[in-house]
Parts: sequence; C-alpha cells; structure tokens
Amino acid sequence: MYPVYFYLTAAVAVVATAMVIFSRNAVHALLHLIVSLLAVAVIFFQLGAPLAAALEVIVYAGAIMVLMVFVIMMLNQGDAAVAQESTWLQPGSWVGPGILSGILLVQLVLMLMLAGQGTAANGAGTAEISYVGAREVGISLFSRYLLAVELASMLLLAGLVGAFHLARQKPTADMGASHDE
Amino acid sequence: MSTTVWVSLANIFGVLGAAVLLAALLTWGERRLLGFWQDRPGPNRVGPFGLFQVVADMIKLFFKEDFIPRFADRPVFILAPTIVMASMLLGFAVIPVAPMVGVIDLNVGLLFFLAMSSMAVYSVILGAYASNNKYALLGGLRAAAQTVSYEVFMGLSLMGVVMMAGSFNLREIVLAQQGGWFILPQAIGFLVFFIAGIAESHRLPFDLPEAEHELTAGFHTEYSSMKFGMFFVGEYLSVILISALVTTLFLGGWLGPWLPPVVWFFLKTGFLVMIFVLLRAAIPRPRYDQLMQFGWKIMLPLALANLLATGGVLLWLG
Repeated sequence: MYPVYFYLTAAVAVVATAMVIFSRNAVHALLHLIVSLLAVAVIFFQLGAPLAAALEVIVYAGAIMVLMVFVIMMLNQGDAAVAQESTWLQPGSWVGPGILSGILLVQLVLMLMLAGQGTAANGAGTAEISYVGAREVGISLFSRYLLAVELASMLLLAGLVGAFHLARQKPTADMGASHDE
Repeated sequence: MSTTVWVSLANIFGVLGAAVLLAALLTWGERRLLGFWQDRPGPNRVGPFGLFQVVADMIKLFFKEDFIPRFADRPVFILAPTIVMASMLLGFAVIPVAPMVGVIDLNVGLLFFLAMSSMAVYSVILGAYASNNKYALLGGLRAAAQTVSYEVFMGLSLMGVVMMAGSFNLREIVLAQQGGWFILPQAIGFLVFFIAGIAESHRLPFDLPEAEHELTAGFHTEYSSMKFGMFFVGEYLSVILISALVTTLFLGGWLGPWLPPVVWFFLKTGFLVMIFVLLRAAIPRPRYDQLMQFGWKIMLPLALANLLATGGVLLWLG
C-alpha cells in the first residue's frame, strides 16, 4: 500500500540485525535484536496481519527477549567481555563464514528471481521448485509425521523435567540452621 | 477531509495530554489521600489545597543536576527511562474514552495494550543494568521475574472478557456490556487482572523492584533529575492506564445514565486509581518468594479455572 514505509521498516530491520552481529557489547546486541523484532512486527502490521504483529511483540520482544536480557544481565559482563568480543571480530575470523553465507544468499536471490520469472512465463522455469505452504506443513506434520512430532514433544518434556530436577534445591542436613524457617 | 484530520489531532493531543497531566496531578493526589487515611494533612501549603505542589516538584526536578555515573552504560542509561513513558503513552492510544473520543480504534486493541505493557518491562531492566550498581541490578532482576510471571495470567485473565464479547476490539467490548457490566460474570477475571496490574506497574504492595528498606531505591538508585522524573511519571501513567483498562473491560467503559459518557469514564477510572492508593496505604509488602509463589500457585490456577468455567458456560448457553 505504502511501499516507502515498507522499505523504510525493512531497512530498519536489516540494519538492526546487522548491528546485532557487529555489536561488541552483548546487551547492546540484544537491544538491536529487540528493535529488529519490533520492525518485523511493524512489517506484519503494514502487510495486513495485525494479529501476527501483536503476537510477535508480546511473545518474542516482550517475553523471550526479556528472559535473554535477564540472563545476560545476571552474567554481568564488563569491559573485559567487550575487549574479548573485539578480538573475535577480527576480519580473519569472519571472512570465511561471510563468503560461504554470501554464496547461499546469491543462490536464494537467484531462486527467487527465477521463481518470479517462472510465474510470469506460466510455470516454465519453476518445474523443479515446488512451494510448500504453512497448510501443507501443518497437514504433513500431523498426519504422516505424527509419530515424530509426538517423540519430539516427549523429548522436550524430558528436558523440562531434567531441568527442573537439576535446578531443584536438595534438602540438606543443616537446612534449619541456614534458613529462617 | 480536513475536519476529520483536526478531530483526530484533537483526540491525540487531548487524550495523551490529559494522561500526562493526570499522572502529574496524581503525584499530589496520592500524597493528599495517603495523608487523609493516615490522619495527617499531606502537602497543603502551595496554592489552593496544596495543588501547586506539583509545580514545585517539577521545578525541583528540572533544576537538579542530571547526573550520569561514570561507570554507567551511557546510551542505555539514557534510553531506559524513555521506554516506560513511550510505551505507556502508546498504550493510552487504544483506550476508548467515549463514543467519539479515543486516538485509534484498533481491531487487536487488547493485544496492543498487552504488547505495550510487556515493552515497559525493558525500562526497569535496562535502567537496572545500565546503572551498573548492585542494588539496581537486584531490583532489575526482581522486576524482570515479577513482570514476566504476572504477565502470563494478566493475559489469561482477560480472555474470559474476550470470549464473552467475542472481540479484541475495546470499543466492541464496551458495547457488549450494554446488558450488564462484565465485573459480575467475570469477577475472578477482574480480581486477577487488577492484582496483575498492580504487579505490572510495580506499585506498593508489589514494589519489590524498588523496595527502599532493602535496596535503597532499586532500579532507579542511580537516577536523578528528569530521568528519575520519567520513571516516576511512567509509574503513575501505568496506574492510570491499568485503571482505564479495568474500566473499559469490566466496568462498562463510558456507559452510564444521566451524565455524559466522558464524565462516567473519568469517574470510574478515578475511583479505581483511588483503590490503588488505598491498597498502598493498607497492605504491607510481601517477601519476594511469597510474591512469586502467590503468582504461580494461586493466581495462575485461578485464571485458568476462570477461563475453563467461562468457556464451559458459554458453550452450554450456546
């Protein structure tokens, strides 16, 4: 509807995401990630999906990121961590992965362009590219791969129970002495 | 065309201006009410009824040194107080004050409010982190745990209302209460939401993030001058916002006989704000672990049971 607004928001999202990677301070990186999530929510809103936008802000920016900031804050990394991060951000360490992901990006862009041309030329160029939408994913997850989904959920439950067990305080002999109850 | 633009501009500046003005007035109103309940006059010297105390406080805040500690994380330190102000004022945008008064009529209005209230948490957490002070950090940790836990059933407690009204749109929720306010069928939802609202705005008795008897001033220990003022006004804004939302969701919003709709809305909201102050005067602060246990072991099951019962009854009635 308003392409200018869309591109502006998309630019905010891209710049913020880049800052997540290049930021040397962990908390600043997280703040940029929050901005990026908010920008994605605004894009959802502009594309006419207000529910997805609201859920994006409530769930991702409002709950999950709060917990991540919480954990980073508890670690309380000071200037030492920033200095360490700067040594890790030397060109030698990011050129290799950068080139490899660049190849992937070029491939993705080419695919998207080919798919666009294919629909214009009545499906001629997209013989081998088939589009799998959310509905197909949902149907196949809950019919053909139902067993795998249930197994994964049991695995997650086991992880949850394990985390609870590890984090639980064991009653010790001197509990009465150390606690006020 | 131009008249609609003027009307919406008037709405925007009217609603947001009124919100900020009322929040400032509340700093005086709260102290007067507390004084009344504690058998003392409260601030009554400056101007009629001490009303200009607000102005005196503002002058004091403006002229104090705006100090940023050398060990603080400077950009985050400056950013933190603005978040609570901004998110709370944005939250006011969806509040339907009266049939023609209100900034925006959003289809997902209720979710928008929840999103803004979850954004406001960052203000406290980031303020605490950026201060680089152990008391502030402890306050921030408490605030994060408290708000994240209480947010869970804050959302759940509202779903009963949403089911009865069949909409997330706040105007439609108000109109759905023409047959009767939702506080009667949703009494449990009202209680849970109100308590969660107190915890979200971290007011006494749930002000453990800034508990002054053990954490000096909690997350805003290092803040002074207008930055502290923004935290302060943000807290009062959130009190008013929660009250306005309870009015909208459970007390029939602007609906009421004889008086004009705006007056009804302000009367109901003002009454709820007074309850906030009364709670502060009446109830002592719980311990931190008691607060968390109360949230997870009592409020969450209550909210879920309320949801189940509401869904069952609605299905039964068809």
